[in-house]
Amino acid sequence: MEDLLHNLIFGFGVALTLQNLMYCFLGVFLGTMIGVLPGIGPLATMAMLLPLTFILEPVSALIMLAGIYYGSDYGGSTTSILVNLPGEGSSVVTLLDGHPMAQQGRAGPALAIAGMGSFFAGCVTTLFIALIGPPLANVALKFNSPEYFSLMVTALVCASVVGSGSLLKSLAMVVAGLLVGIVGTDVNSGKFRFTFDVPELTDGIGIAVVAMGVFGMTEIVKNLAGPEMTKTILQGKIQGLMPRWQDLKIAFGPILRGTSIGGAFGPLPGLGGTVSSFASYMVEKKLTKDPSRFGKGAIEGVAGPESANNACAQTTFIPMLTLGIPGSASMALMLGAMIMHGITPGPQVMTARPDLFWGLIASMWIGNAMLLVLNLPLISIWVKLLQVPYRLLFPIIMTFMGIGIFSLNTSGTDVMIMAFFGFSGYILVKLGCSFPPLILAMVLGPLMEENLRRSLLLSNGDPMIFFERPISAGFMVATGVLLLLFIAPAFRKKRRQIIVED
Amino acid sequence: MRLKIKNPQDFWCGIFFVALGALALYLSRDYEMGSALSMGPGYFPTWLGGIMIGFGVVIGALAFKIPGDEEAIRALTDWGFRPWLVLPATLVVFAYLMDAEVGFVPSLIVLIIGCALAHKDVHWLETIVLSVCVTAGAVAIFIYGIEMPYRLFWWSP
Repeated sequence: MEDLLHNLIFGFGVALTLQNLMYCFLGVFLGTMIGVLPGIGPLATMAMLLPLTFILEPVSALIMLAGIYYGSDYGGSTTSILVNLPGEGSSVVTLLDGHPMAQQGRAGPALAIAGMGSFFAGCVTTLFIALIGPPLANVALKFNSPEYFSLMVTALVCASVVGSGSLLKSLAMVVAGLLVGIVGTDVNSGKFRFTFDVPELTDGIGIAVVAMGVFGMTEIVKNLAGPEMTKTILQGKIQGLMPRWQDLKIAFGPILRGTSIGGAFGPLPGLGGTVSSFASYMVEKKLTKDPSRFGKGAIEGVAGPESANNACAQTTFIPMLTLGIPGSASMALMLGAMIMHGITPGPQVMTARPDLFWGLIASMWIGNAMLLVLNLPLISIWVKLLQVPYRLLFPIIMTFMGIGIFSLNTSGTDVMIMAFFGFSGYILVKLGCSFPPLILAMVLGPLMEENLRRSLLLSNGDPMIFFERPISAGFMVATGVLLLLFIAPAFRKKRRQIIVED
Repeated sequence: MRLKIKNPQDFWCGIFFVALGALALYLSRDYEMGSALSMGPGYFPTWLGGIMIGFGVVIGALAFKIPGDEEAIRALTDWGFRPWLVLPATLVVFAYLMDAEVGFVPSLIVLIIGCALAHKDVHWLETIVLSVCVTAGAVAIFIYGIEMPYRLFWWSP
């Protein structure tokens, strides 16, 4: 316990430096700003702003990126409350009751309760991460190559099973991601693989480039190709931000339950914010005395899912920080940023770079507080931003993407690679595939190959090693059970109702 | 019995993945395979290519059995060629201009106008005003703000 306190104080010492506070603020602010724009989810936002963080030092960069991550999530909920736009991911749930509330002139309380719920969830889960992180990392330190390989297989299969669309396609996307991860120089033999004689490809393809292509660009193409978005923006001024005392009393339970649901779902690979928000919404609807109020502006329907979503957003950091294995595409981007800054992800980060680990955790709390304090007064600005027509907005977004990617290595080749991924990404969208598994696999690819090589070396080339070591076998069995569960028709039916974009 | 494609989306998806897997196999043909005990550079990609083809075949084959829903059928008929082609093409031109050091300002103007063409109704005056404003903003932020070392015009030093 004393250790925890000591560590947290150390973390706050790192996060509270003027420089890191500024980057945290910048991340939260920019994240919310881009996240508010309709049709741009948290992933596209992170991908777009990722290059900005490369010029910073590692700790500040990760603090800023984390800020962007939950800022964009929060921005998405703001949009779905104010504008009746079914965005993607978790904001779909917030829309159900948030927008009716706004129509009844209660946009202020809806946004405030969303903010408060998120903040509460953020506080609890930050402590949770601080508590569970060190023991988990200690376990992970005992992992050897076979355990790591199996864990990665589990993570990838898990992410495919819960993702949207067909399981087969998601698994195929995993393989595609692993193939993209191969591009570059083979660490073992020094051979250039899949580089097509392009010198820029010998270092591999940057995750920012791919993410921007498949999330940013395809999103824009999809929006332009689809029917014109009809948005009903709330007219008039938003008044009375503060929720009534009665609202708070009703919302307290849902916030508490939402936090537990989201916090529990977060560390599991693939189970993103959307699943937690849906689960929380269902629970609240079941528990209430009068379910008919749901969908017509019930404050529980905003408070619960928003807390769940934020709790989940925080606890997804757990596997990434303690094991070095990202559970979602957003975390894959964080991991990519870490690698880019020369930090080897894994359980040793906590001991080798305590400033990074504890600083990041402390900054999560600060960032959540900032979201609460900043966003409520800034809502009028976000509303203005929402009124900008899309045909003006998308060239601006494309410009920033173009400059961002070009400036990574001062290389037009990167921009062309992004264009290629945007082009082929749209084909895959049309063929019904989704990208989170691809991004996840792309980051894990080189690690997987290396751990497979080492495992097979340990076992004299016998693949049974993955089933002979107890922890590794546990992961493999879990993976098998998961796949079997999926094939069971009941589960498949339920899954169809849940759309995951995390 | 005549085979009929019941879900064109899945059918083409299968073809796509088979092609991708075949490409991986083709590219890996010169990489040393090694053995399980000492994996060569070709070991992992070759396996992946094979698995990819397997997935592609299964996905494609199922398209003959399981009919696609409305959404799956509409996805392919309603393609949206304009933004799909215009945006990547514009980016390629932008990349080329930047590499040729034509200058930050002209490259951006081309990029913004090019992107605007992806929209189905183009308002020329608006687009030009937009390109000037965004370029000015980008120059302020990136060149003067965070001091990126790019020349503004081709005649600049």
